[in-house]
Amino acid sequence: MGRVGTVVAVAGALGVAAARAARTAVGRQRARLTSVPGPTEARRTGHPRRWQVVTVDRPPEQVLPSAVWPEPLRRLGDAVEVEVARAPGGRGTELAARVRPHADWPGLSAHLLGDDPSLLVRRTLWQVKQLAETGEVLRADRMPDERGPVVPDVRPSSDGPQR
Amino acid sequence: MRALCWTSGGELTVGQVPDPELRNDHDVIVRVRRSATCGADLSLLAGQTPGLAAGDVLGHEFLGDVIEVGPQVRRHRVGDRVVVCASVACGACWYCRRGLPSCCDNGSTDPIANEAQWGHPVAGCFGQPRAAGGFAGSHAEYVRVPYADVGAFPVPESVGDDRAVFASDAAPTGWLGAEGAEVRPGDVVAVWGAGAVGQLAARAAWLLGAERVIVVDRHPARLLMARQHIGVETIDQRDSDVSAQLREFSGGRGPDVCVEAVGGPAGEHRTLADRFTGRTRVPEAVREAVYACRKGGSVFVLNGAAGHVDAFPVGTVVHKALTVRGGRQHGQRHIPMLLDRMARDELRTEHLATHHFPLERAAEGYALFRDRPDECLRAVFTPH
Ligand SMILES: NC(=O)c1ccc[n+]([C@@H]2O[C@H](COP(=O)([O-])OP(=O)(O)OC[C@H]3O[C@@H](n4cnc5c(N)ncnc54)[C@H](O)[C@@H]3O)[C@@H](O)[C@H]2O)c1
Ligand SMILES: [Zn+2]
Ligand SMILES: [Zn+2]
Repeated sequence: MGRVGTVVAVAGALGVAAARAARTAVGRQRARLTSVPGPTEARRTGHPRRWQVVTVDRPPEQVLPSAVWPEPLRRLGDAVEVEVARAPGGRGTELAARVRPHADWPGLSAHLLGDDPSLLVRRTLWQVKQLAETGEVLRADRMPDERGPVVPDVRPSSDGPQR
Repeated sequence: MRALCWTSGGELTVGQVPDPELRNDHDVIVRVRRSATCGADLSLLAGQTPGLAAGDVLGHEFLGDVIEVGPQVRRHRVGDRVVVCASVACGACWYCRRGLPSCCDNGSTDPIANEAQWGHPVAGCFGQPRAAGGFAGSHAEYVRVPYADVGAFPVPESVGDDRAVFASDAAPTGWLGAEGAEVRPGDVVAVWGAGAVGQLAARAAWLLGAERVIVVDRHPARLLMARQHIGVETIDQRDSDVSAQLREFSGGRGPDVCVEAVGGPAGEHRTLADRFTGRTRVPEAVREAVYACRKGGSVFVLNGAAGHVDAFPVGTVVHKALTVRGGRQHGQRHIPMLLDRMARDELRTEHLATHHFPLERAAEGYALFRDRPDECLRAVFTPH
């Protein structure tokens, strides 16, 4: 899988025991690079089995505060495997996830999943990070398609710019 | 409410759109007092940056009064007069905590789109295509401001609206150019572009102790304004050899610091055919800057529409040991200091607001800003 750092493999994203295992193991001594992705895999970005990783600027204890995965990750259930590692240089927590082969997506409709499940995994990791760092997931303003068409303004205009 | 929107025909029109609403707990809603045009909008409107959708509201340089406050907002109350940083940053990520808010990890609602465009997510911005944040613009009666404790700042009573509005974007951008290029006392500084950003980069260079500041542009009226209001020397690039004149101004050494603040559709447009063939623009000002800059000096690039360029003299960077940097403004870090300077009259900016329009006539304001740069430096809209 090819990640350097304190690597803790967690079997299945769900479950208190798994999360607890992650918490206690975090902070163990550094594991060496276990395997390097082959050239073919490395070239194919967006490979569904590639690890998606974000660094959360908070210690692992804060990223997984209650021995339960944060909600955005929980939604993906057993369809992903997740790793947690302390980031080097005091940069917080490296949170990694990837799609399990032949994953069974819990109650997720096809349109949520799209063609590329790793995109959904990546988006979910960003949400976990945002929640841990800011306490919320930032929402866009209502976009034009939600707002309906612009109604042209028909007020009369005065003459000449005001300097 | 009324707002200036992009239409499907590629034009601007003022129309009725729904009022903004609080979407996150750290939001406030601001009733807009002033909202200004920015050179960055011109490249948007010229189609150089893809992605505006019909109904998108433009504008990102603004100030106004807080009229609604989200439950987690601590620093603002209804009635506060605030200037809002044009870019959106969380204040809590690794980058924000290190004073690099324009590199914020959590400032955009679509970090994945950002990753595709820049390699990493960057701070959002008001009034841009969806992929650049997801926040409606300020050329409107009201605006929603996310992370309001981080990006909105109370304006000292003595600072008027036409001065304070530029603390939103032009002033922190100019400041970044001078500070980021590490202007030191005694330096000779050259600034390309006599727009609001270039003039305020020049002013920042003075405030940081520069000995001589020279502004380069092609519009005599803008250069005159820079001489009168900022006290700089100027070079009209239409009738002089810029590099030669800069050498003359700097004892043959070349400027210690060069700031590129040019913009708008000043370079050639990138047409659809260009995109198809991969042909890119030549970065005239940056190229001029790296040739002119003294050995070991530094060049700071502010042009947000720089995009892709070709024919760039990388060898000059190597052989002259230059530092070339770029950046979007870090207003969250600089705005309080800039407002202080405004209150002390060290930073005067109201001359930049050459034209005022009511919001209904905002489209006309943009046409003037785009087509008559010699006359109009910034069109400022007053929605109320
Ligand atoms: N980095 C940021 O955070 C940030 C924020 C705001 C604006 N900007 C950028 O700053 C730039 C300036 O903004 P502005 O509002 O002052 O724009 P503006 O359009 O009002 O002014 C730009 C000026 O540059 C001049 N110019 C164009 N090509 C030139 C060249 N080759 N040499 C010398 N001068 C040249 C134009 O004549 C014009 O006067 C824009 O590119 C804008 O996108 C960046
Ligand atoms: Zn701007
Ligand atoms: Zn941030």
